[in-house]
Amino acid sequence: MEIARIVRSKNSGPFEITLDVVFDDPSIYGKVKAAGVLTAESIAALYRLPRERVLNCEFFDPALAFKATIARSVSSGSPAETDTYGGQQAAPLLGLRVEI
Amino acid sequence: MKEPLRVLSTLGMLGYGIPEDSLDRAVAMRPQVIGADAGSTDAGPHKLGRGVPDVSREVTRRDIELMLLAGRRLGAPVIIGSAGGSGARAHVEWTWDIVREIAQARGLRLRVAVIGADVPKAEVADAMRAGKVQPLGPVPPLTEEALAATTGVVAQMGTEPYLAALDAGADLIIAGRSCDAAIFAAPAIRAGADPGLAWHLGEILECGAMCADPGSANDCLLGTIEASRFVLEPTNPARRCTPLSVACHSLYERSSASRSEGPGHVLDLSQARFEALDDRRVAVSGSRYVPQPLAFKLEGARSAGYRTIVIGGIRDPIAISRLDEMTAAVQGATRTLFREQDYQLRFVIYGRDGVMAEREPTPVPGHEVGVLLDVVAPSQERADTVCAFARSQLQHYHYTGIKATAANVAFPTAPSDIRCGEVFEFSVYHLMAARSPTGLFPIEYRMLGA
Repeated sequence: MEIARIVRSKNSGPFEITLDVVFDDPSIYGKVKAAGVLTAESIAALYRLPRERVLNCEFFDPALAFKATIARSVSSGSPAETDTYGGQQAAPLLGLRVEI
Repeated sequence: MKEPLRVLSTLGMLGYGIPEDSLDRAVAMRPQVIGADAGSTDAGPHKLGRGVPDVSREVTRRDIELMLLAGRRLGAPVIIGSAGGSGARAHVEWTWDIVREIAQARGLRLRVAVIGADVPKAEVADAMRAGKVQPLGPVPPLTEEALAATTGVVAQMGTEPYLAALDAGADLIIAGRSCDAAIFAAPAIRAGADPGLAWHLGEILECGAMCADPGSANDCLLGTIEASRFVLEPTNPARRCTPLSVACHSLYERSSASRSEGPGHVLDLSQARFEALDDRRVAVSGSRYVPQPLAFKLEGARSAGYRTIVIGGIRDPIAISRLDEMTAAVQGATRTLFREQDYQLRFVIYGRDGVMAEREPTPVPGHEVGVLLDVVAPSQERADTVCAFARSQLQHYHYTGIKATAANVAFPTAPSDIRCGEVFEFSVYHLMAARSPTGLFPIEYRMLGA
């Protein structure tokens, strides 16, 4: 069952990419939060990053949302860029499975 | 706060095209201040580096004219923040030039406050030596070399320069680089609003109707700030604000949903409450302003060379199975011919890992792939030369098991090689400690139609 309403990524400043997962059902959100699947460690593994490159990882109850912010490998728009706005980096999150 | 204040954001990015129906409805709601954010780092460092906007002059002129005419009808000041895309002097003057044209054509009489946000590099260097410049997040420390190569530095102003301009009776403020939320927080603070609510209101309004459902940066949003809350209402009847849509906006383009840093403060949204007033208006309360030592965000860009690219496609399955061999061979041949390694040559393979590169969890090519051959070199001529050679090598390289011996790549364009011009990279993205909230931001008053 698909449980997230929004799964997206975007730059949060030119040196970071932030990942948002937003739910619309408070009970499902609560179960996802309790399941412990979305953590800095799981984001690091999913994005093949050392743990310290995951800069923020939080649940934000008012929006029924999970957010993680990762360090970019290159700054936005620099010669080695592949995604200047950082808007197409959320796809790995779509495959996450949560037992609820 | 004695009286509520109605603040209109016409859209999230000046020059995207204000919807006139939404603006007409907004004017009927009698906003007392009309503003729009005009800047962002999103599109990349070239705007700041080159001193150019990335919206069209024609649509920007149209948007400013609509705002000025609405402001005149309502007797409301008009505020443009981070003018021209990056808010450096060239961007501010580009905007001023448009305003002058409109005033002349429309016979407008305007007292315009023009606020600069450029920081002389010598001042940044002094602050750096005094240990007052720190990286902002995962950014390398600033060096003298990087600063010297930077084309110019801007600082993000807070509310104080705006307050001074509003106090001086400006009809229009053209402000250089600003903390986006300051554009709308300033009039709210001036009206006596709680700073936590004012900054939170600003963070939402600077994106236009992005916080609505459906959200859009290209539409109007009216915010009414009161003593203990603010109320949001999209003026386009096709949109509505819901507690979830507004709360969700706290996530957008920010490192953290519950905390955001601005000049001299942190905005704490961990206790924020979002309540529906009806089916399209939301009241927000509980946003907390936590004072911090004063520091300004600095931005600067430096040239990284000149770019020439080729876009191609590969459909032959044998060629696709030999992509790594092919690109390694082209890299090798190019290195051999051009002894001096003053260029960067890369291949971005769409249909395999073009978007996510080393983060791609499924780097498996499809039945066809797109190839971006990308060269960045110290001059445009050098980039052209290296690109042409690498392209010809890619086109005719004999990979293992080749059957399609005539050509390896399909080019959708003729000529195949495309000049992209100068390339920039962010070289300054740091916090600079400061004493005065206004010292870096000179205000000049200019009269039009006097």
